[in-house]
Formats: sequence, structure tokens, C-alpha cells
Amino acid sequence: MNDIVKILQQNARISNAALGEMLGISAEEAAEEIEKLEKSGVIKGYSVIVDDDLYDKSTVYATIELKVTPQRDCGFDDIAKTIMMYDEVESVSLMSSGAYDLAVEVKGDNLKDVAFFVSERLATIDGILSTSTHFILKKYKEKGIFIDSEEPDERGLV
Amino acid sequence: MIVTVGGSEAIDLAVRGLLDPGDEVLVVEPCFVCYAPLVELAGGVPVSVPTRIENNFKLTLEDFKDKVTERTKLLILPFPNNPTGAVMTKEDLEPIAEFLRDTNIMILSDEIYSELTYGRKHFSIIELEGMRERTIYVNGFSKAYAMTGWRLGYVAAPEPVISQISKIHQYGIMCSPFISQNAAVEALTSCDAEVDKMVDEYNIRRRYLVGEFNRLGLTCFNPEGAFYVFPCIKSTGLTSEEFCERLLFEEKVATVPRSAFGDSGEGYIRISYAYSLKHLMEAISRIEKFLKKLEAEK
Repeated sequence: MNDIVKILQQNARISNAALGEMLGISAEEAAEEIEKLEKSGVIKGYSVIVDDDLYDKSTVYATIELKVTPQRDCGFDDIAKTIMMYDEVESVSLMSSGAYDLAVEVKGDNLKDVAFFVSERLATIDGILSTSTHFILKKYKEKGIFIDSEEPDERGLV
Repeated sequence: MIVTVGGSEAIDLAVRGLLDPGDEVLVVEPCFVCYAPLVELAGGVPVSVPTRIENNFKLTLEDFKDKVTERTKLLILPFPNNPTGAVMTKEDLEPIAEFLRDTNIMILSDEIYSELTYGRKHFSIIELEGMRERTIYVNGFSKAYAMTGWRLGYVAAPEPVISQISKIHQYGIMCSPFISQNAAVEALTSCDAEVDKMVDEYNIRRRYLVGEFNRLGLTCFNPEGAFYVFPCIKSTGLTSEEFCERLLFEEKVATVPRSAFGDSGEGYIRISYAYSLKHLMEAISRIEKFLKKLEAEK
């Protein structure tokens, strides 16, 4: 059910009844499909996209580029798993660029917290060769949602 | 075939080229706003042929048989239909073709929504025996490729018709904008996957709106084409014009009253779903609020 995922990605709070209408199935069937997607692991969870400028101005986000020595038998996985365990870490991705290996998104209360987290927690992990920290000044769009401005309708003219 | 400035020019060319003063044209209603005025401008007489909800707004032979006179020159066939979203299947068209075969009536088949059908592929009357010779076929890029505003359509017709109407086109327009024509070539050659995606998205919106209007008590027949739903508002006791105007000013939701699509009927409104689901869901919640308000006034 690709359509279910597509619709939920746009609006995860939609009611089962409305979802069912859109797909031509009953609300109960929609609920069953969602449960299947959750159980099979396709849907990992539901989150909310927040405009931090309005909600909590002081929150700081940074993208950290990490150069890592891959380890025998498990490549980058072990180090990635170590990094994942920190609550400050929002996302960890393995990148294909040659310049760095892991991209880590970190969230902190202020600039200093993030900087210390990187220098004391990340940089000290065995196998990490270097870190490069980029603070995010402004988010324009996140997960397909416009953060900074009203989304224009894709087709106003008929 | 002539590449025109939108489907509207194609319709204008066809009626101007074909009609003599006093010729009668059967105009299937409800329909796009331009047919009857263009017929009148060309000196013709529009004869309204209302379709009925009982037939899912399809055209039946009974709807127009009695309106045919010796002056009837043209039948305008607008399917998939704006505003109702009705489509005509091969089986629906066959009796009409059968009847027309023994007459001199031409057909103007406006198939601008041909790519926007849900659950079944569009069928054109020119595919039926003896119809190609009498059909002026109109289509365009605004709907199938969401190229509204690029103003590009086309008309295909038998040679004697084309050779006459191309005179009007050549003197009045000369040539459709080549920028739009180049864009259309790109649309035709490499956008099929995008169109499929768009139609899937429309289908989701269509099912949602039909379900919601029925839930709100504005009975809505299941449209199989175009991007409109056409719910019935008779239960509110308002005319379609009153309903749409109040909805616009009180809840800021724009809809179009049935009365805009010909004088032959009332009691319906047209909602376009060429907007995102997010907008449509907001619109539904405002309409629900509006209906509660109407209920409280009674």
C-alpha cells in the first residue's frame, strides 16, 4: 500500500476514516493496513515537524561530518551504532562522498553544548579520524514541509 | 489537424467554420461555459440538452432525440464532462452513433479531459464506425499535462472542415506560440510517468471528496473523469448561486454554482480538486461549519 505511506508522510494525523475514503476502503481496513506496515517495520514511527523559531528559539542544530576508519567485518556499522545511542543525536547516515563517511545531525540547547558534545563525545570515539561541525542557521524545509513560508498550491489555475 | 490556442480556440473555429445563420446546435448541459455563447456569436442557435442525475449525467439518445430538427447541424459532446465528471463508455455512445449515422448532424467532441479518467480508459466516439467522418475532435494540453495557461490545444477533423476552419485560424491567430508547442512536444515525449502520478493523486482526492460530501449529506454521484465533483445542495434549500456566494464570503471557499454551466438545471455545485489534499481537507472542514450554520438558521 504505497498510497497509505504517501498520504501519511504528508499528514500522519489524518483519521482512518478519511484515509479509507481516499483509498476506497473502510476505516477498519485502513487501520489494519497501517498496523501491517508498522509490524513489518515499513513505518518506524510518527514525529512532528516543529518550527523552532516559534517554539523554542534557543535550540541549536548542527550537521557533523565524521571521517571514520572502517573496521574489519562490520565496516562503519559499529561506530554508527555507538553514535546513535546519544540522545543529542537526531540522525546518523552513511555517506558516499569521499570527503567524509558519516553525517550526524545533533541537537543541543545552545552552541556550547553542541560544540562540547562533538569534541568530548564524538571526536573521542575510537576510529573517528576527524570531525567537521556545521551549525544550521535556518531551516527552510523539513521532511517535505515548508518551515519558513506558506506552501504555494501546486496548481491554482483551472 | 490544427494546433490551436487552447481548446477554446478550437471550439470557436469549429462553430464559426461550420454554422450558417439559424443553424441549431445541441449543447449537452451542464457544460463548460463557452459553447452556447460561441454558437450565438457564430450566428447559430444553441439548443440545451440537459443530462440527468438518474443517468449519472451521461447523455442518452432520449435526452436529445426530440430536439433534433432539420436545422440541427451539430451536437456538442463534452465528455469526460466539466462540471459533472461524467464519462461516456463505448456502450453509452453506441446508440447515439447509431442514431446519428442516418442524419447529417456533425459532432464536436470536446475530449480535453480524456487523460483524466479513473478506473477505466477513455473511449472516443470517433472510434465507432462512421463517426470519424462527422466528428470534429478537440483536445489540448491544459488538463492532461497541467499546462493551463500555456494555451495549447488542437482540433482534428475531416479534410473539408479543416481546410475551411484553418482559414479563420490563419487570419486570426497565424500560429500557436512556438514556445508552448515545444513544451508540448516535451510533454508528449517524456511525461507519461508524471501524468500517471498526477492521475493517481487526483484519484485519491476524488475518492476523499465524494466520501466527505456524502458524509455531510450533500449527495454526490461518483464522477469517473475530469477533476471535479458535483454534489447536490438541494437539501440546504438554497439556490446554487446563493450557496456558492455565501460559502465564498462567509467561509472563503470558492466553488462554482450549477447555474454557471447552463440554464437547464439547479441544485448542484462544482468543486475542483486540482488543489492539494491539505487545501481540500481545510475546505471540507469549512464547508461542514457552513452547513451547520445553515442548519441552525432553519
